[in-house]
Amino acid sequence: MEYTILILLLPFVSFLLLGLAGMKLRPVVAGAIGTAVLAVVTVLSYTTAYEYFAAGRDAAGVFPTLIPWNTVWLPIAGDLHIDLGVLLDPISVMMLVVISTVSLMVHIYSLGYMKGERGFQRYYAFLSLFTMSMMGLVVATNIFQMYLFWELVGVSSYLLIGFYYTKPEAIAASKKAFIVTRFADLGFLVGILVYGYYAGTFAFTPAASTLAAAGAMIPLALGLMFIGGAGKSAMFPLHIWLPDAMEGPTPVSALIHAATMVVAGVYLVARMFPLFIGYAPEVLHWTAYIGAFTALYAAVVACVQSDIKRVLAFSTISQIGFMIVALGVCTSNDPHTGGLGYMASMFHLFTHAMFKALLFLGAGAIIHAVHSNEMSTMGGLRKYMPLTHITFLVACLAIAGIWPFSGFFSKDEILTACFAFSPVMGWVMTAIAGLTAFYMFRLYYGIFWGRENRELHAAHTPHEAPFSMTLPLLVLAAVTCVAGFIPFGRFVSADGLAYTIHIDGGVATISLSVAVVAIALATWMYAREKQPVADRLAERFSGLHRAAYHRFYIDEIYQFITHRVIFACISTPIAWFDRHVVDGFLNLLASATNGAACLIREMQSGSVQRYCIWFLGGALGLTILILLIC
Amino acid sequence: MIKMEYYLVVSTILMFVGIYGFVTRRNLLAMLISVELILNSVDINFVVFNRFLFPEQLEGFFFTLFAIGVSAAETAVAIAIIINIYRNIRNIEVKNLREMKW
Repeated sequence: MEYTILILLLPFVSFLLLGLAGMKLRPVVAGAIGTAVLAVVTVLSYTTAYEYFAAGRDAAGVFPTLIPWNTVWLPIAGDLHIDLGVLLDPISVMMLVVISTVSLMVHIYSLGYMKGERGFQRYYAFLSLFTMSMMGLVVATNIFQMYLFWELVGVSSYLLIGFYYTKPEAIAASKKAFIVTRFADLGFLVGILVYGYYAGTFAFTPAASTLAAAGAMIPLALGLMFIGGAGKSAMFPLHIWLPDAMEGPTPVSALIHAATMVVAGVYLVARMFPLFIGYAPEVLHWTAYIGAFTALYAAVVACVQSDIKRVLAFSTISQIGFMIVALGVCTSNDPHTGGLGYMASMFHLFTHAMFKALLFLGAGAIIHAVHSNEMSTMGGLRKYMPLTHITFLVACLAIAGIWPFSGFFSKDEILTACFAFSPVMGWVMTAIAGLTAFYMFRLYYGIFWGRENRELHAAHTPHEAPFSMTLPLLVLAAVTCVAGFIPFGRFVSADGLAYTIHIDGGVATISLSVAVVAIALATWMYAREKQPVADRLAERFSGLHRAAYHRFYIDEIYQFITHRVIFACISTPIAWFDRHVVDGFLNLLASATNGAACLIREMQSGSVQRYCIWFLGGALGLTILILLIC
Repeated sequence: MIKMEYYLVVSTILMFVGIYGFVTRRNLLAMLISVELILNSVDINFVVFNRFLFPEQLEGFFFTLFAIGVSAAETAVAIAIIINIYRNIRNIEVKNLREMKW
């Protein structure tokens, strides 16, 4: 399976071609090149997946971990070396399929969505770069290679958020995303170094004997790595960059900030799962608590946002929280006794990538039609955009967890895992799942039913998106409808053995009824033209409403800490010290030299006779000196 | 017999006349002549010391002959430079040669 390296090389070549020669190409040609390359990559990924899973299990009953391509890139000392290569195992193959599918859909979609934009070629170049980096991240053979590509996806995310670089908000958002994730990546890097130093390897699953030497440092290293994962996956309190990242083009949000890059943190934890479970289960459980809190926080905030992309952003944060929780509640490697969460998390990652990309692409179609992100400009759009309406509804039902859409199956597994961990966790996550259903249907009714902005729609009638945009919606909707029936546990499970998913009747009943109640509530509150209940509630709890609308002032707290505390109390004095003491010393040296030069420049008069006087005086002085000494 | 000190006094006077002339004269030719005076005073010193202190040796005489030869060559070079200066600035006043310092 050596051809898997092409999955990385082809998008990179396309990036170089479009990035260097893009301005010479017509936009249509550039888009076609990018999309065609991605189509090839998708075919390669599917072939890889097919061959990998068709090759079957080894004697121990697990899918073997293959390294079809590997090279020692940077030998450090002794056994410690950094490799670059391709590693295939169930989760990386699964991620290849997810990334290539969503990326291809986004490439096709962007042909319509970005049509006529300035920098179309640049956009496709960045998309290729991102796809390459993300593929490199998931097939990394060791933690350091993962880190390299991890930074690369960060860079391409930065470039794409700031795609509209003439818009100040976009620039601010891209900087924010870059700085916040960079800050978290510092933790990741330190974790890697601690791990490399004490374990003497960068491998994901080293032999037990090497790890025994590392001992107590493993939990520390894993905890630090999780900080990096939390930054990328927008876990509280490092989530602040993700809602702002919605300033980028909507297909980018679908690809990077919903389906692929933001789940890198989940993927990281899944990658390090054997170490987590074996050496640091308490760290793993802490990630579950962080994930649960994040899920709750984001779900509450999502209930009151008015910008549809912000709602989706918070919904993404909340769903990633679900995945992290599912990983965190694992207590063993065996999916039958406490290790179910691993499979559930990966399953949810898979289904979520599909339906969340669908939601974002649908939102893009809507924004394309009404030229605004605000819900107030929408309402009643079902008449104008039937296709978008149906696909969006499918995605909403999936994320709400309604049978038979994909979200139901994965969420059910997560809730089962949570109930197995502790009933409290189970009920909390069930409640959050209910909130999810509620805010998604609030969004759905706000866009397609509810109060219609007739004035605006009369002035500018919304119209269905072009075919290049509806095709990806239909494909993703179809996937969302059937993905739940994939026997996911047969491919991915915590111990690698085949696991048959069985729906837990009790949990399924609870989660379904909660979802239905939440949807009914949303229908009652938001489906009609007049919404007295919602308005009255917002008025009654105006303090809570305003706080949630402002995301509980987390951004303001960051603002306060950075500006008032760090900038004012630490940076300013240090800057003063630098400017006045350090620079002052050097300036003093320079001006002293200058002054001395001014003093003695008169000696260089150019008059031969004056030189002669000095010469004679010197000779005389020397003579006298010699006479005095002798 | 003339005493050695007399010769030395003459050469010292010659030396300082030369220095004085070199420092005060503003004309390059006059300065060149002053330099020759200084050289001559040194030559006299060599000859005198050889004659009075080491009469059976000849190094001082030869050294003086060499110095005269070298100074003649040096004068030729200096005259050439002065002629070039004259061609450039149409005089040979030393105060007009300030550009030389750059």
